[in-house]
Amino acid sequence: MPGWIADNALLIGLAVLDGLSYAAAVFMVAVGLNLIFGVLRVLNIAHGSLYAIGGYSAAALGLFVVSRGLPGWLVFPTLLAASVLVGLVLGPPIERLLRRTEKEEPVLQLLVTFALFMILEDLQKLLFGVQPVVFDAPLKMLGTVDIPFGQDVIPFTAYQLFVLPGIALVTLAGLAWFLRRTLYGRMIVAVTTDREAARAMGIDAAKVTLLTFTAGAALAALGGALASPTASLVPGVGAQTIVLSFAVVATAGLGQIEGAAVTSLLIGLGRSFAVYFEPELEVVVPYLIMVAVLLVRPQGLFGVPETRRI
Amino acid sequence: MAGDVRFAPGSLTRRAALGALGVGSLALAGRSVQAQAAKPSELKVGIATYLSGPASVFGVPGRQAAEMLFDEINAEGGIAGVKVRPIFVDEGPGVDHFVGEYRRLVQSENVNIIFSAISSADCLACTPLADELKRPTLLWDCGTQRIFEDARYQYAVRTQGNATPEVLAALLYVLRAKPDFRSIAVVNQDYAWGRDSWAIWKTAMDTLKPGVRVAAEFFPRFGATDFSTEVTRLLALRPDVILTTSWGGDLDAFIRQSAERRLFERSTFVMPLAESSLERVGKTLPAGVIVGGRGDHWFGHPSPKDPALLARFTENYRKRFSTWPIYPTHHMAQAVFAMKAGYEKAIKAKGGGWPTDAELAAAFQGLEFPSLTGTIKIREDGQGLEDQLIGTTVHTDKYPFPVLTDMVVFKAADITTPVGQKSLDWLKTLSPDMPGKMPAPVPYRG
Repeated sequence: MPGWIADNALLIGLAVLDGLSYAAAVFMVAVGLNLIFGVLRVLNIAHGSLYAIGGYSAAALGLFVVSRGLPGWLVFPTLLAASVLVGLVLGPPIERLLRRTEKEEPVLQLLVTFALFMILEDLQKLLFGVQPVVFDAPLKMLGTVDIPFGQDVIPFTAYQLFVLPGIALVTLAGLAWFLRRTLYGRMIVAVTTDREAARAMGIDAAKVTLLTFTAGAALAALGGALASPTASLVPGVGAQTIVLSFAVVATAGLGQIEGAAVTSLLIGLGRSFAVYFEPELEVVVPYLIMVAVLLVRPQGLFGVPETRRI
Repeated sequence: MAGDVRFAPGSLTRRAALGALGVGSLALAGRSVQAQAAKPSELKVGIATYLSGPASVFGVPGRQAAEMLFDEINAEGGIAGVKVRPIFVDEGPGVDHFVGEYRRLVQSENVNIIFSAISSADCLACTPLADELKRPTLLWDCGTQRIFEDARYQYAVRTQGNATPEVLAALLYVLRAKPDFRSIAVVNQDYAWGRDSWAIWKTAMDTLKPGVRVAAEFFPRFGATDFSTEVTRLLALRPDVILTTSWGGDLDAFIRQSAERRLFERSTFVMPLAESSLERVGKTLPAGVIVGGRGDHWFGHPSPKDPALLARFTENYRKRFSTWPIYPTHHMAQAVFAMKAGYEKAIKAKGGGWPTDAELAAAFQGLEFPSLTGTIKIREDGQGLEDQLIGTTVHTDKYPFPVLTDMVVFKAADITTPVGQKSLDWLKTLSPDMPGKMPAPVPYRG
């Protein structure tokens, strides 16, 4: 093994860089889903649509900025602005609808979110069409960085190396701080841990749910917005994303922010190493990791076993 | 008359009733046949295409082409005086749903003919159904070569080529343009087309140029949006040639990510489906990339059989939909032209009478009909013979996207698996001098 590592040290270094970037992208989508599940106990399939609409909205806003000849750096705030906009416009009505199914069977709740997903998918086609949409101005603006590779160099985009992991880290740190150090954050944690007890202590659970769902929706949209400079946005992109996000949430432990980060890292690095050394496994690696973790810890990496009332 | 059932006076005996029933059934059956053969008030055409999901990048242009051409046919009075009406169904929900839709088109909508489909899985599912339900079916876009190699069908034919000539043409072009390449990597979508097209390429390459090293085989999941890891690995591997038969958003993303990181400078790219992405990716796709379009579909075709037809179609399509036609629009046009030619042939064979379903299906066997760029012939096994155009990208001031130069139009008969043979077996028998026999490249002339 040490011999293999020494032989492949340069490749391993590249794989780590790729894995970190991929992990950051995965984390940005999964963390919102995880937050929402923590509070609502609903696996929101429509989260994939929020991701897609966030991507499309960011691309549309960015193209508007470019077409108007506005300063180039404005394309970066537009990524954030589009995400907030999507979160604020779509988050509250979806949350309201889901809250009406709060007392229904989980499978019915799941079906409601699936129906929402289908509706939003059609809405997205109606607004943005079916042809692939790309807005790569942020990528081009930042250019590339040459990473030494023996006698050679490997160009990476600065966006991939710095922006994606940077925003993921800031999001993780910001959320951790918010949840642990602010009143609203602690209220979210309280509702996540025990909704009834939180209510008994006077926490307005409905308000907390609304806030969390809106934030989660904005995070999904931010995931899509951050992907838009590199990915082609096409019908169905939301469905592709939501499946991987479910794997992250299940592996992390439902409602666990740090768990989502660690799982995203595991999946990002696992996938990257698979591409480098065993490409046939690339597609299944995230799910192999999920199965391996759930076999040992059914509640997920950071989840807490729940007692069930009989 | 013991045993006869007596009805009221003057009514029928049982034997007479059974006889009448038998005659009535025959008469009904006869009327049914007559009804099919009678000239309908309108010609209903069921069209399966992707209206949702990632493949709608092909499905929607296909639908648009159908709408435009049906309008043109109706403006000219229809087919033999019968107006045509399309009924579109979405392939997006998957094969099981599509099979139900196919049955609905036949049994509820009572369509006269069906165009099916983009997905190879849908075509594999519906061809046996075409024979079971006896409804003429034109396979208008699906690529799998297996359909007519594995079975024969009476009611289904394909109005275009298949994966074998589409991939083989690109390989022959590379062997001529870059004969000294020694290593290759592949980045195909992880589904049937991605795997099958690589199998075709690899089998033919091992026959025509043995010893080429396969540096990497990547099959990212269908619909992937991030190829950065694959791009890094390819940058490090530096294969002489990179093949990708990907399409749609996947291909666009791969092109952009590769261009941004200068992968095009290190390897020669071969993209047999990239004609459909040219307008979208624009000049992000550099010059020098080998590109195809699943047939000889290209608005700048160097030698179209009827230049006015191609120019008119291109212009009308651009005016109506504000975009350039891509290969699925050509494939749809071929299905429409084949339908028209098939009806005309069958009507002529019947001395002006309207054909039954069986007569129409028979008319498609051996049919020759015009495409936008040439002529398509449907062989006795139901497979269409479609020429293949491969070219190399070049940037000009005239278009905001790359156009093709050094174009080679491969004759369908030279690169299509002969009747009765299986592609992977036939490819192993190719002659190594095949690349040397290919037509001379034609430069872009503006």
